[in-house]
Amino acid sequence: MTKVNNVNGAEALIKALEAEGTKVIFGYPGGVLVSFYESLCDSNMIHILTRHEQAAAHMADGYARVSGKAGVCIGTSGPGATNLVTGVATAHMDSSPVIALTGQVSSNIIGDDAFQEIDSFGIFMPITKHNFQIRQADDLVDIMRKAHEIATTGRPGPVHVDMPSDILTGELSKAVKIPADINISSYKPTTVGHPLQIKKTIEAIMNSKKPLILAGGGVSIAHASEELLEFAELLNIPVCTTLMGKGCISEKHELSTGLTGMHGTQASNNLIDKCDLLIAVGCRFSDRVTGKVSEFAPNAKVIHMDIDPAEIGKNISVDIPIVGDAKRILQDLIKQLKKQKRKHEELLKSENTPENSNLNNFNSNPNLNSKFLDISEWSVEVKKLKEESEKELSVTVEEQQNLEKTDKEKIEKIEKIHPKVAIYDLMETIYDIDPELENTYVTTDVGQNQMWTARYFKFKKDALITSGGLGTMGFGFPAALGVKFAKPNANVISISGDGGFLMNSQELATMAHYNIPVVAVIFNNRALGMVHQLQSVLNNRQSQIDLGETPDFIQLAHSYGVMAERVSNSKDLKETLKKAILMNKPYVIEVMIDSGHAVKVVAPGANLTKMIEPENKEPCSEKILFKDMVSKL
Amino acid sequence: MDKRHIITVLVLHKPSVLQRISGLFARRWFNISSITVGTTENPDIARMTIVVKGDDTHLEQVLKQLNKLVEVVKVKDLKHNNYVERELCIVKIHAPTESGKSQITQYANIFRGSIVDLSAETITVEITGDESKINAFLDLVRPLGIKEVARTGLTALMRGSKILKSNKK
Repeated sequence: MTKVNNVNGAEALIKALEAEGTKVIFGYPGGVLVSFYESLCDSNMIHILTRHEQAAAHMADGYARVSGKAGVCIGTSGPGATNLVTGVATAHMDSSPVIALTGQVSSNIIGDDAFQEIDSFGIFMPITKHNFQIRQADDLVDIMRKAHEIATTGRPGPVHVDMPSDILTGELSKAVKIPADINISSYKPTTVGHPLQIKKTIEAIMNSKKPLILAGGGVSIAHASEELLEFAELLNIPVCTTLMGKGCISEKHELSTGLTGMHGTQASNNLIDKCDLLIAVGCRFSDRVTGKVSEFAPNAKVIHMDIDPAEIGKNISVDIPIVGDAKRILQDLIKQLKKQKRKHEELLKSENTPENSNLNNFNSNPNLNSKFLDISEWSVEVKKLKEESEKELSVTVEEQQNLEKTDKEKIEKIEKIHPKVAIYDLMETIYDIDPELENTYVTTDVGQNQMWTARYFKFKKDALITSGGLGTMGFGFPAALGVKFAKPNANVISISGDGGFLMNSQELATMAHYNIPVVAVIFNNRALGMVHQLQSVLNNRQSQIDLGETPDFIQLAHSYGVMAERVSNSKDLKETLKKAILMNKPYVIEVMIDSGHAVKVVAPGANLTKMIEPENKEPCSEKILFKDMVSKL
Repeated sequence: MDKRHIITVLVLHKPSVLQRISGLFARRWFNISSITVGTTENPDIARMTIVVKGDDTHLEQVLKQLNKLVEVVKVKDLKHNNYVERELCIVKIHAPTESGKSQITQYANIFRGSIVDLSAETITVEITGDESKINAFLDLVRPLGIKEVARTGLTALMRGSKILKSNKK
């Protein structure tokens, strides 16, 4: 092969990444990536050496969700690649633009079951938006451009690129030329909503008496929060959100009714049941949102706006589909609605004109252009439902004082915080430091900690980073580290349970090594709370949910050189969190919480209005020692 | 109600595209009745003909999910029987006697099949047609003793001058 500029595949890859604006790569080296890591020495890109590839993928994911750019992670062939899988699948389910690079054994031994060989191309295929295996070094640059284009446009998603080691060491036969634009003829996402569907949407809105907006993560991804608010305010329509859409409208706004679905607010779930028009924006009607599909929004006509046509009609039948970018569609709708509102107001002003006679026909003539929405009765109903919900969501005196103690706790004077109170404490402290939440991001793990945050933490903007689709335990902490690289000056707080934190606690080493100022809050109830709760709801038998002797998280953090503190009352939690945030240092706060508290829930597959309060009970200790198990072996 | 749908798919002619499509069908529990793949007039494009069974909602998802794949150029559901469909079948039939061989030859002629191989014990017939024609022929010769059958699965094209454009060079 003719050598041009003596550039090998690894060097070309670095140039291609730099051209895409990549600033940081999260990864872990390995044998087949030696040339890549060698070339990285000549680059200004930052590489974060994580302690596990899964965490590298979560960090890239957290980075991507907040920066709006692709997050890049890399792992070696075989186990490096398979360790990335959970992180990449998480990004896939939440539509996050992650570029996952994997090394592969040399192409001449692919298929021979070589050392550290695995079919990562096949493994990543179903969990990525698209994936590539590079077969010649000359293709590398074009493929990286394509990978970024596919990952970041349309419905974003992870793209995987598998790179055999000889491709990385192989010389390019042509000079590296980064294509400015890449034309992927079979990939053309639709971004503009169809005008006819927009017209139908407006007609349906004008004919509705009880409209409701359901906003999903697609609103945040499309940066359409402002448009969503303008659209809702223009019509005075209430807005509920999915978990991924949480914060795309300020939850302190009077039109916000909060989270919907399995752990949603009573108001949102009842409104879905009662509404006659559901305007869904950028959501995919997951089973966590719909509950029993046949009883979801039973009285409503459904409008569904989504950039991914395959999401429309997949889980819920839709009356008016609009394929396109949420921001663009909402802008078009707002434009049309404003025009219509102006016409309507002009008509109202000119009472003595002949047109005035048409005013009485507003409701009877659906084609009348000047008609505008009147949902005052519905607004009253919404307000009432919302007030009831607020009562249920607020902290009671008993909860505040944490009076519910077992006899043993009373005797031993054990202090623990009610989880709802803990979330309120976190929220109040964060808002105290950053009143508009302009400079703060909260990540959560998965389980009760996530749902307590979702139910009780009111977000003023889309500052919640969580694993919604895949529900990945171990996500929250490494994702927070990734977020910090995207927004170095922001306050980044991760909330985890003890179970989830232990799934990627090794990243304390990464946090300590680079001195990444993130506050990791661990809700310690020494149990797998959400599974415990599900067991109570489904069959009332407990099994394998008692985490028992979890490590001393304070000593664990200290062993990595990270500051840590244990808190067991509301006052200490607030003070410690404030100190940790303002100190801007790596910090772990272990919060001792009552283990018996459940999150209000709609049982899986049930009707959304049928929320139940699972019985609050302690997980029973089921500790059996090894020596006792031996007899059963 | 479950109906039979014939879907024609133009894809980039690249390695692993079939894996991507069959993987999609497997993980979403779309049941493939038959799938055929072959080259087209454009060397960069391959055509797949996929037969699936299901109701209209199921079909809609199949089409949309196929469309999402980056290597899929065009997807079309061939509706209203407005297409030509063919399948190739090669069947080896037990025929130890002259009269048996003669009978099978007659059947093959009626069905416009051809005898493609002959041995002392067997006769091998090649037959093309739509699914029902091939099924009818197999039903006819089954009592004589079918030794082996190889069927290609269905391939199809729209009737008339309409074509599925790939927008490719």
